Amino acid sequence: MIGKTTNQRAWFLVLPVVVLVAFNALIPLMTVVNYSVQETFGNNVFFFEGVKWFEQILHSERFHASLLRQLSFTGIILLIEIPLGVAIALAMPKRGPWVSVCLVLMALPLLIPWNVVGAMWNIFALPDIGLLGRMINGMGFDYNFTQQPLAAWFTTILMDVWHWTSLVVLLAYAGLSSIPDAYYQAARIDGASSWSVFRYIQLPKMKRVLTIAVLLRFMDSFMIYTEPFVLTGGGPGNATTFLSIDLVKIALGQFDLGPAAAMSLIYFLIILVLSWIFYTLMMRNEEQ
Amino acid sequence: MAIELKRVTKVVAGDTHIHATSLKLEEGRFNILLGTTLSGKTTLLRLMAGLERPTRGEIWFKGRNVTGLPVQQRKVAMVYQQFINYPNFTVYDNIASPLKVVRMPPKEIESRVHKVAELLQIEPLLKRMPGELSGGQQQRTALARALVKESDLVLLDEPLANLDYKLREELREELPKLFHDTGATVVYATTEPAEALLLGGYTATLHEGRVTQYGPTSSVYRAPGDLLSARVFSDPPINTASVSKRGERFHYNESVSWKAKGRYAGLADGAYTIGFRPHHITLAPGSSESISVVGNVVVTEISGSESVIHMRVGKDTWVSLSHGIHSLKRGQGVELFVQTDRCFYFDKNERLV
Repeated sequence: MIGKTTNQRAWFLVLPVVVLVAFNALIPLMTVVNYSVQETFGNNVFFFEGVKWFEQILHSERFHASLLRQLSFTGIILLIEIPLGVAIALAMPKRGPWVSVCLVLMALPLLIPWNVVGAMWNIFALPDIGLLGRMINGMGFDYNFTQQPLAAWFTTILMDVWHWTSLVVLLAYAGLSSIPDAYYQAARIDGASSWSVFRYIQLPKMKRVLTIAVLLRFMDSFMIYTEPFVLTGGGPGNATTFLSIDLVKIALGQFDLGPAAAMSLIYFLIILVLSWIFYTLMMRNEEQ
Repeated sequence: MAIELKRVTKVVAGDTHIHATSLKLEEGRFNILLGTTLSGKTTLLRLMAGLERPTRGEIWFKGRNVTGLPVQQRKVAMVYQQFINYPNFTVYDNIASPLKVVRMPPKEIESRVHKVAELLQIEPLLKRMPGELSGGQQQRTALARALVKESDLVLLDEPLANLDYKLREELREELPKLFHDTGATVVYATTEPAEALLLGGYTATLHEGRVTQYGPTSSVYRAPGDLLSARVFSDPPINTASVSKRGERFHYNESVSWKAKGRYAGLADGAYTIGFRPHHITLAPGSSESISVVGNVVVTEISGSESVIHMRVGKDTWVSLSHGIHSLKRGQGVELFVQTDRCFYFDKNERLV
């Protein structure tokens, strides 16, 4: 009896969390689910359409194209940012006054609001007045990110690398500094090469933080919106229209709420499934 | 002569970590570096290994000057307080790693690894990963890695400090035997006097970057050359008191005196410092030479069947290790007996007389 009363009261303790989660996650998500199966012509009148929108999105070439762009973009930035981040972390001093200087310098890009990053790079890369744009053109390359798809990709990737490699560096550095000095001494006594030290001591010891780095960078880059929106607006043409930019165009540009809602759900599921696959793959060896 | 340090000094960023130290370690001996934390044990080991270069002085190894020789080119092995193994190698590969680096034929690697694993009783674990082993097994693996190289010099930096009591006792017994058979010169750093006594061999006491004494462990313990060595080699800390000799008697605090006997009888009159270990000042008279002192209890710690009594006598604070459980109150007056025949007498320069 007493136990039962106590149990009931415990609900009050989780209630605030339940309410919070309900308002910031469950209710909006259910609204999206609601939209995704209905058609509306305004005036708050809805017709049930079943899975029509899902079929439409999954068969749409436009969606395939943005998904492909998104996958390429995420793949490229992961391939650049993870190794580069690890390399920078390895090159950073391990102790002394320079450590804090390096850490602060590294953290700076992470502190800048995303739309500011987009705006900064937009101006920075402009071919006529931007420092970067002028420089590239000055070196004899014809570069204009507002007109050439390749240049737009190059700029977007460069911007993302600039903005987010720091995160990988900080995580990798944290992993590295948790390795006791004795490991390095033991390796030196064994006569191990610096490659062996990296491959058999540093990399295995960094594995956990690198898994987190890959997951974070994957999820974040897969949802990227603000920076390319400010930098290129998804252009030229549709060259840098990634999933979230495309989604906003459908939802707010064309006001197709149904297809946009269906696309949101598909988008969400892709991220969930891919994250799960990443995590399982990277953690599999750990359990063996 | 396996390894010899000739006036080796190590200065790091203006701080002298090791003061001009000369030490000769004979081949095949089990040597112990005994000292508190920051006394320079690890630095000495690193210098011997070649992980660090001495600022001044020379290091000779088997009749060869190896002062500038990098660690890879010396035949040394080292085991640390932390259990250092390659995290994603099996126990077998871990033990084999130093042999693979020097490209030994696989057949020989296999036989050597099995031999060492058998010796350390980890043969059933060869296929496991270090993460799946207990602390003791991990340290056994690290020890096997050091043994398998058949190095001439094996350096052990507090290898048992992170193990729990039972495992520590077990390995402490095995270690000297293990290394005795290999013929390697062993240097074992520890902070615990009791451990040094159990391991035997030869002990160098270290204090603030200086070797204060070196010799067979038991004789360093029984006849500390100076007060510092006596302090390093005593846990709980050794008790000291200033006494003066006048005529045939030693006087302490003007109220206590005893007759100078044997070789102390001929000592010149003057001021001396006596040192006596905690188990030589007890609640009951320990020998016929015991003298009685009265003090006040500061604190009593009871450990199993023994009581550690901290007390104040005049200006001095002494520690007594007495048999039996004695719950004494703080401030309580207590009579203790000091065995004067077990005291060490040090002169003004703190040298043993």
